[in-house]
Amino acid sequence: MDVTQYLISPAEATRRSGPHDKIVMSSRVRLARNIKGLSFPGWAKKAERVRALETVRPAVETLPQMGGTPFSDSMDNLTAIDKQILVERHLISREHAAKTAGSGLVISKDESLCVMINEEDHLRMQALRPGLQMKQAWLAIDQVDSELERRLEYAFNSELGYLTACPTNLGTGIRVSAMLHLPGLVLSEHINQIIQSVNKLGLAVRGLYGEGTEALGNVFQVSNQMTLGESETDIVERLNKVLLQIIEHEENARVMLLEKKPKMVFNHIGRAYGILANAHSISSKETMNLLSLMRLGVDLELFPGVERSLVDELFIITQPAHLQKTFSEKLAAEERDVLRADMLRERLRTVHRPNPKLPPSLDKNSSQ
Amino acid sequence: MLCMLCKQNEAKVHLTQIVQDKVQKVDLCEDCAKTKGVNDPAGFSLADLLLGLGAAKEIEETNAGEELKCPNCGFTQADFKKAGRLGCSECYETFAEPLDSLLKSMHKGPRHVGKAPQALAQSRDLTERLRILQKKLEKSITQEDFEMAAHLRDEIKATKDRLNQVTTTP
Repeated sequence: MDVTQYLISPAEATRRSGPHDKIVMSSRVRLARNIKGLSFPGWAKKAERVRALETVRPAVETLPQMGGTPFSDSMDNLTAIDKQILVERHLISREHAAKTAGSGLVISKDESLCVMINEEDHLRMQALRPGLQMKQAWLAIDQVDSELERRLEYAFNSELGYLTACPTNLGTGIRVSAMLHLPGLVLSEHINQIIQSVNKLGLAVRGLYGEGTEALGNVFQVSNQMTLGESETDIVERLNKVLLQIIEHEENARVMLLEKKPKMVFNHIGRAYGILANAHSISSKETMNLLSLMRLGVDLELFPGVERSLVDELFIITQPAHLQKTFSEKLAAEERDVLRADMLRERLRTVHRPNPKLPPSLDKNSSQ
Repeated sequence: MLCMLCKQNEAKVHLTQIVQDKVQKVDLCEDCAKTKGVNDPAGFSLADLLLGLGAAKEIEETNAGEELKCPNCGFTQADFKKAGRLGCSECYETFAEPLDSLLKSMHKGPRHVGKAPQALAQSRDLTERLRILQKKLEKSITQEDFEMAAHLRDEIKATKDRLNQVTTTP
């Protein structure tokens, strides 16, 4: 089965909304689980991995929470492009995209549940929600886990909790994370301070695609690091509190920027629009960084009539694998840059250039 | 969080380094940070510290001479040094002693707090009980012992409710 036929279109997916979705793009709770006695995927021989997959996959597919018609396949049946598309949609990790036979994937129809089988652990199950919905995501994945533990025998130890391939995930096996769009903190140069204080609280800040990636498009992932010695609800609660604080800092940063340096902000957004709407060749990295500024412009109401979902959709469909998928022949990077620019010009054709409503004080300045 | 090296003092120095696309973190107390020369980031490799001192070396020290090997999956301490991952769930038994201090430095506490898969055992018991009650109910109905049947019906309902509870809230 072609996974992209199954997935919700980016246009539809980006129209979903949630609390604080101006800043919190999505909430995710992931649990790591393993089957008792079997070698972890990284150490197991291929035959053993295949056997584990054959045990785990049917149990996951038939979960009532999967809603009856999940996408389910072995990783060797997915093309490289389709795997990359799943990474660009944040449904699977880059590590999982590199897997072949012996690893599998099950995604619920509404894409709110996604289970990676034989990634680093036998099971990496995640619940996803738009906006800030940590508790809801935790409750959803908790239910899935409770259902699965009746079907599979987990590796569990009352002292150490759920046993995982890497000792860093031991205990609850939980990773609670949010994807945040923080252009205000980046432009006001407060982002490093925020990252440092978040780190001090034992939380990790990572780039767009998680571990070891850069923060393209001013998108950051904040997640817990410690998994042993603190309960799931405490971890969720603690991260939620920190996220609310980051949201407040980002909102304040935007207000302060408009008050103190409006021309700097409008200059960035105006230039971003100018390039996106007029370029004839543009890289995916530049596109993401400029779309981030345009997204900020939409939030600041500089683009009347333009929905945030348009920017979010462009953020997805201009990424390399998505772009490649819309064209049948294999494209070189330079060809992609041209086609990406064509797509952006076309989609932004009806979008008027940003029109800042200048505060009275600044209006006076400009009329002098 | 305790210092990864001495495991005695509160970690005050937190470092993150990207080595070959992997983020690595080290948490040290001020004294250890000084003795390790952490102030000089160029001459300091987190990877060595993290794997070298944090885990593999300790495994070696606690088992001078004889190499630990997991009886279930054949994983050894050398494998752990290489991969930074364990071989199977039984490895936590095999390497329990050397892992102990590593876990203490890595996590909030040494013992698991939170969810446990109890539903499994409990629901198994309740399902079995339900099966027996159903049989008794059928028997009492064929024997036209309706007082007993009513009593059993109530008990079945209560058991079903408990089963639901067990399976929805862990």
